[in-house]
Amino acid sequence: MPTPETSIAATGLRKIYGDKRALDGFDLTVPRGTVYGLLGPNGAGKTTAVRILATLIRLDGGHAEVAGVDVAREPRNVRRRIGLAGQYAAVDEILTGRQNLRMFARLFHLSSRRAQQRADELLEQFELTDAADNGVKEYSGGMRRRLDLAASMILTPDVLFMDEPTTGLDPRGRNEVWRAVRSLVTGGTTVLLTTQYLDEADQLADRIAVIDAGRVIADDTPAALKNSVGSDRIDVVVQDPADLPAARKAVTAVAIGEPSSDEAEGSVHAPVRDRVGALTEVARTLQEQGIVLDDIGLRRPTLDDVFLLLTGSRTDDDTATSAKEDATA
Amino acid sequence: MSTPTRAGGPDGPPAATIDDDGPQRSAYWAVIDCWTVVRRELTHVIRQPSNIAWQLGFPIVAVLLFGYVFGSAMSVPGGGDYREYLMPGLFGMTMAFGFMNTAYAVVMDTTKGVTDRFRSMPMSSSAVVTGRGVGDLISASVDLLVLALMALVVGWRSDGSVLATVAAFGLFLLLRFALIWIGILLGLMVPNEEAAGNLFAVAFPFGMISSAFVAPSLMPDWLGTIAAWNPVSSTVTAARELFGNPVAGSDTWIEQHALLMAVVWPLVITAVFVPLAVRRFQRLSR
Repeated sequence: MPTPETSIAATGLRKIYGDKRALDGFDLTVPRGTVYGLLGPNGAGKTTAVRILATLIRLDGGHAEVAGVDVAREPRNVRRRIGLAGQYAAVDEILTGRQNLRMFARLFHLSSRRAQQRADELLEQFELTDAADNGVKEYSGGMRRRLDLAASMILTPDVLFMDEPTTGLDPRGRNEVWRAVRSLVTGGTTVLLTTQYLDEADQLADRIAVIDAGRVIADDTPAALKNSVGSDRIDVVVQDPADLPAARKAVTAVAIGEPSSDEAEGSVHAPVRDRVGALTEVARTLQEQGIVLDDIGLRRPTLDDVFLLLTGSRTDDDTATSAKEDATA
Repeated sequence: MSTPTRAGGPDGPPAATIDDDGPQRSAYWAVIDCWTVVRRELTHVIRQPSNIAWQLGFPIVAVLLFGYVFGSAMSVPGGGDYREYLMPGLFGMTMAFGFMNTAYAVVMDTTKGVTDRFRSMPMSSSAVVTGRGVGDLISASVDLLVLALMALVVGWRSDGSVLATVAAFGLFLLLRFALIWIGILLGLMVPNEEAAGNLFAVAFPFGMISSAFVAPSLMPDWLGTIAAWNPVSSTVTAARELFGNPVAGSDTWIEQHALLMAVVWPLVITAVFVPLAVRRFQRLSR
């Protein structure tokens, strides 16, 4: 059957657990060959959406087609056309990397000989050849995720789902996975990835859908989304609260719009355009005035900033804080 | 993957080239997929030979403790050598504890996402379960083989015919087969591997409050009744009869019909727990 131009078409998806609406009128259209980022805090419904589209759970309402196939009516036909890399590296820890890929290739119904071949190709492609015959127990987090990705690519899928592919990885492991994802999408596979990190969505995705309380609240290119939240932020913390007005003045001189300040923390924040220029300018001005700073720095806009803009409220969990740390790492 | 253009490796075959549709093809693949999953279990055994040692550590210690430390103080009602009486009990106890292995394997696959990966693949969905079952039976057979060799070393013998001896081992595996379903159900119910480890609190009395070590007639009435009606007891007593080992005669109906009940119990357990396990498995899609 011909591959349709729309890889994922979901309208009005609903999923209810008890009295919690995990998905509540979720709409998403993903054109073929794009990398789509599904961005949202914990509990927003990202994983539920992916699990429904990957045929792991049934939907309670709405309609979804993946690669032109109805997920509710023909789940098995969907399964032939998708790859799934879940939140955990879903590989057998006791087997070696090669044994894992051969097993999954056989379960995708490749012939025994072809399964061996395919395992070798994927090990090569994901730079795991050297560790191919080591037990997965000995793999680093990044290697496990790459093996997991390789297992998702055994039959080149029309659509690859990646649920928080870099959660729990150190910066090095995350870079490894990012690199692997970028190489995949050049092969024409459509990717739907979920993430809590604006930075990650920005790095990988052609388009981003922001999800909150089970529905998509914004759908745009990363550039547009970032433009709307503004550019990088400068954060200044003064030691003596009495110096706050002076600090505010110095920041205002380089800021886009009015800076926000926090009396209790003695801090001033504002979006800036010229990152390093603004930082040196503010530091120099305040030093000339003899104002002692506790901290001064730049940070990228985070999911929290996006949420503040789109919903007027902060994300109601602590993921935004960790996102901030990770995004600047 | 160093080259940005062509992903550094050839594509996998497109889905359309895989011919696994139609009733005949899907029956064929159900068997092949099952075998693939079984091979995974066998590879686990081969890659972790120390697991067998852990597995059999308790029965081996039990042979020393009960066979030699307490053995001289133990008597078998109706006469007979205690160590001869003990060995089939240990075989039965090892089978009884086996449901923990099943539960542990299931909970590991579920928490690590392997079950979800299987479910997201076009493989035969029955193979997840049949593969588990066949794999568990094979490793239970390995356990039995090692235990039987050990039993021969300490002087245990089967005086039954070859056919009776084989039938006795068959009964042990039948019990283990029935317990696979309890194992799958529990494995799907417990939240994590620590909780699966705690199942020992269930396994221990299930294996021990039986005729495995001591004849139920020597226990207090109420406990003896529980022990006699424990499915493990029927299997163990039936095996003793088939092996020609000391049986500890009793006049209760349940103990006089051990052979029958060693077949009936596993069938009843299977009939009850297969639907429960399947329903629980289907609940994963909720």
